Amino acid sequence: MDTTKPGPSSWTLRVRQLLERRLPMDHLLPDRQPYYVGSWVYVFGVITIAAVGWVVLSGVVLAFMGPQWWHDSRLGRFFNSMHFWSVQLFFIFMVLHLWGQYFMAGWRHGRASTWLIGVVIFGISILTAFTGYLSQQNFDAQYIAINAKDAMNAAGAGAFFNVLNFGQMYGLHVMLLPIGVILLVALHIVMVRMRGVVKPIDAEGAARS
Amino acid sequence: MKTMQTQEEYYSGVRMLRYDLLKELVLAVAGVGIVVLGLSAFLSSPDVAPVTIATWAQNDPVDFETTATNELAGSTTSAAYGNPYNTNGPGQSWGPLAPQKWFGTRIPIDSANEFVIQPLQRAASSNTALSAQLDVWQKASSDQQGKWTAAYSAALATATVKDGQVTVADGDYGPLPVMMSNLLGLAQAGGLDGLLQVNGRFYQTDYTPSLVFMGDGGYLPGLAHQANLTGSQWGMMNETGSYPGQTWLWLYTMWYQVPPFNSSTGFLGINSGNADLGIIILMTLLTAALALVPFIPILRDIPRWIPIHRLIWRAYYSPKVRP
Repeated sequence: MDTTKPGPSSWTLRVRQLLERRLPMDHLLPDRQPYYVGSWVYVFGVITIAAVGWVVLSGVVLAFMGPQWWHDSRLGRFFNSMHFWSVQLFFIFMVLHLWGQYFMAGWRHGRASTWLIGVVIFGISILTAFTGYLSQQNFDAQYIAINAKDAMNAAGAGAFFNVLNFGQMYGLHVMLLPIGVILLVALHIVMVRMRGVVKPIDAEGAARS
Repeated sequence: MKTMQTQEEYYSGVRMLRYDLLKELVLAVAGVGIVVLGLSAFLSSPDVAPVTIATWAQNDPVDFETTATNELAGSTTSAAYGNPYNTNGPGQSWGPLAPQKWFGTRIPIDSANEFVIQPLQRAASSNTALSAQLDVWQKASSDQQGKWTAAYSAALATATVKDGQVTVADGDYGPLPVMMSNLLGLAQAGGLDGLLQVNGRFYQTDYTPSLVFMGDGGYLPGLAHQANLTGSQWGMMNETGSYPGQTWLWLYTMWYQVPPFNSSTGFLGINSGNADLGIIILMTLLTAALALVPFIPILRDIPRWIPIHRLIWRAYYSPKVRP
């Protein structure tokens, strides 16, 4: 028996074979697409990713320099503005992407899980932005916290998710929630690349999954 | 067993064209970056300074004393809130559904003691007059305390302010004028911010006591109203100045503007008193429906009925181009 090669029971081998079968490099980074992909609607997805990139870049700089920086220095204020506007653009693009995918019935032909993860990303992004607004350390953050606590408390979430606790909100905003968004966006993109873009709704109109 | 169709099988017979995804991504990053830099340079971002207890006490001393008096009377929002702060109120519920009670008092707040009595006790260590009046307050019956707070609270409605000091008409207010003037002085000097925030600790990132106390008053919510930030003003979508807020919460905030959520009578037990709970439940259901659109008849069929897809895939539906 050749012990230098992994056996058929090797988990590593199985995972590698699965990835090679389900996600070959020419699917992950294809250089050809169906001719109908030449539509403006596909731009919404890629500009959403681009906006996420700017959100993360500006957020990393803000997190590194610390909470006082964006109030006390002009450069800090500028990076805060970059973070603010890239988040606004991110949501505009993401909503356009969502509506585009809805009217394309993008969940068809086995893509329902891609749609579902997209909605989860939308939800976690809202939570990430919410904790960001609470972490601004300005008057808006104060009032948002005072106002939002009642909804959180009514739902029972306030006992664990205290919007008046800056430390908790800031920690969630700069660490846990962005990790969730980035991992799920990566998974979303991989799922799109694994199956490819969905075909147009045919004359018979099979909008079902 | 049905095996998953490969991309090659899925696209069989479909004309494929060259498409540079990475180039598109790089161009998108550059394009979005130019827009972000432009917006940041020309429009900046909102950063109105936060309100402190000191600025509250300096700018509206009557509201500050009224709030502190009401804390002693137990009539403020926080004093009668319920869980997770205390058990003085029922909290929101819908029929038997009362999630606000599920986890008990996890963030305890004793408004009268935490915001008024304990700070005054600290100040009284170097102030014998205050110490004596605090002693009178604490030895009085709750019935007597109630009469004093009611009388002082009513007198504050016609109080005058001179040099930051509050003057009320003569009356039987017990020790309250001394207690309140000392608390006001402490707050105006910034001492109450420190006492509520630090509270025996050194490092501190939890602003719950200060924000709850300021939320009980009228000053900070009044400023929020002027800035169109309150719930009844679609406030979640606004920021100070003309900046956009969380505009993506438009649907969530819309429910607060319409019946039964803004009505005192309500419908099916949902009204303005438990609107937060009702709207959270509704939004949870709507979000679940959005996630499950691929499986919900009618919702999943609308894209087929409304031919927006014909605009999106114009090339596909054009008889000249279609292979």
